[in-house]
Amino acid sequence: MTLIVPIIALLLIVVSQLVSGIAMPTVEIATIGYVDELGGFQQYTSQGSITLVRFDTPGDATDALIRGDINEYFVIPPDYISTGVINRYTLEKQLAASPAVTTVINNFLTSNLLAGKVPEATVARIEAPLNLVTTRLTETGAVAPEQGGYGALIIPFVFSILLALSIIFSSTYLLQGLGDEKENRLIEILLSSVSARQLLTGKVLGIGAAGLVQVAVWAISAPLLLNLASSSIGGFISTIQLPANFIVLAVVYFILGYLLFSVISASIGAISSNSREGQQLIGVFTIPLLIPLWFTSLMMFFPGNPVWVFFTIFPLSAPVEVIMRLGVSVIPAWQLVASIAVLVLSIIGILLLTTRVFRTYLLMYGKRPSFGEVLRNLRTG
Amino acid sequence: MLAVEVSHIVKSFVDKVVVNDLSFSVAQGEIFGLIGPNGAGKTTTIRMMMDIIKPDSGDVTILGEKLSESTKNKLGYLPEERGLYKKLKVIDSIIYLASLKGMDRHSAEEKANELLSQTGMLPHKGKRIEELSRGMGQIIQFIVSVIHDPELVVLDEPFAGLDPVNTDLLKGMLFDLKNQGKALILSTHQMNEIEELCDRILMINHGRSVLYGNLAEIKSKYRSNSVLLEFKGEMGEVPGVTEKRTHKGYLELVLDGNTTPQQILERLVSRGMVINRFEVATPPLNEIFLRVVGKAHE
Repeated sequence: MTLIVPIIALLLIVVSQLVSGIAMPTVEIATIGYVDELGGFQQYTSQGSITLVRFDTPGDATDALIRGDINEYFVIPPDYISTGVINRYTLEKQLAASPAVTTVINNFLTSNLLAGKVPEATVARIEAPLNLVTTRLTETGAVAPEQGGYGALIIPFVFSILLALSIIFSSTYLLQGLGDEKENRLIEILLSSVSARQLLTGKVLGIGAAGLVQVAVWAISAPLLLNLASSSIGGFISTIQLPANFIVLAVVYFILGYLLFSVISASIGAISSNSREGQQLIGVFTIPLLIPLWFTSLMMFFPGNPVWVFFTIFPLSAPVEVIMRLGVSVIPAWQLVASIAVLVLSIIGILLLTTRVFRTYLLMYGKRPSFGEVLRNLRTG
Repeated sequence: MLAVEVSHIVKSFVDKVVVNDLSFSVAQGEIFGLIGPNGAGKTTTIRMMMDIIKPDSGDVTILGEKLSESTKNKLGYLPEERGLYKKLKVIDSIIYLASLKGMDRHSAEEKANELLSQTGMLPHKGKRIEELSRGMGQIIQFIVSVIHDPELVVLDEPFAGLDPVNTDLLKGMLFDLKNQGKALILSTHQMNEIEELCDRILMINHGRSVLYGNLAEIKSKYRSNSVLLEFKGEMGEVPGVTEKRTHKGYLELVLDGNTTPQQILERLVSRGMVINRFEVATPPLNEIFLRVVGKAHE
């Protein structure tokens, strides 16, 4: 199971490289026709690998299109200046014109409109006016060490997916193990030899250790795989800069999130009569885990909103929320401390509560208790 | 020191009282029978003795100590249904479960091999549990329950699924344990096993004690006035006999209240019958069971 993830990642990289190599031709050579009903569009007909050919009427252009002399053509209508509408005709079924073609037509129009009225260099600037370079400054006015950016969100995404995967795998194992032991009456033998607390703690720690090994394998294989990735992806990832404490926090939150879900799985396993029921229940709990991902874009543009503080401290959503927030903004220390404290307390609390109900429900084969019953038993415990 | 002392234990689940003020004791070096109809509360009582569940009130004292994690290592438990990891190998299962009882790996392995060869299971030690037949699994279960040399062993339906050879083997091992001074509690529906093995018994019904004490004493208390007879010759009518019941290979004569077995014997001999077997009948435990439990249902 542990090795499957890196292997799948490897396969994906290989496949995507192959496919993009085939699907994207590196150089596009095309001939585009145009009909100038307005007048004044004669220059700049040769743009890199794309040539523009003038036709007198749309009819001529259509013929040429059908004959295959040109790939497509567009018509500049007489009212172009006021409407800006250009009609484009093509034989192919496309969602939109390719970026190269759009750029070419764009530049062709702009250059022709400005030709003679504005110097060459300015025409070039008008065609590509904005190349925005943002630098984040600290409160003292110095250049901040991390600059963030979209790339910084990729790592948190990957983190969240890895965490969700680990949790699903481990909770399945835990539930299945407990379900089997209940079915086989093994639970009686085990409880006649060890206490409920020892049993539960042992299971959670055991699963926890297994999960850590899993993560370690993934973490080690990740850089190796990234090196194999195409230069475009690899180069992109190398521009990502993350805070130095990110790694530490990522590890801490991974462990805590994992443990939290392990104890929740244990308690669900204790009250379900078989592993299938338990797995359905666990599914419900994974929703708050993944909620932060749904709000990614909101978080990117409004990082200061207090809603995110709630998600940070609420234990079920904390791991993913914190890691994602770290990618876009800085989290105040008090929030991190509170979040970690709540997580640790939740883990211990749930473990203790589970121990109390464990005995009562472990031996109730075949009957799943209602929520009210569970609460009642917790109190009398 | 008593092996087990149970004092006024009560247990309810949700709103049903399953064990209702039960008290009994088991001495060391004795085989104690725990019997009762289905749903009587036997398994719950056993689980309370094994510290799998805790009583709502009352005490359980094992070997002079209140139940705790350390006393658990002195207990052996053979549950009613298979309690083994299906995918694990026989030898690994035994060693693992022994280690939970505080045995170190080395001695566990040694003792396991010893017990396996004693029961003739040594050739199967590398097999997975799921590959064993029901009877073989039962034997492995038994080994697990005694390997750590417990002072008290509780066996829930130990003979279920065993062929006569293995049943005999197991009985021999139980007697060995008894002679070593261990206390054994045997819970079963098979009355003939109880009669053969147990010294004292406890019968529970609806969570309460209905019969408790020395088996022989109980049987004599319930003795109906009957004699069992194997004979040659004609019997005819015998005064003092109210009923003749035919059983397989012998005849049961039910006597009226005024006649003693001695008188019947005299009368039979005086008729010139050849008596091959004459026995004062004590009812089988089965009958006592039905009588006691049947009364409760009336």
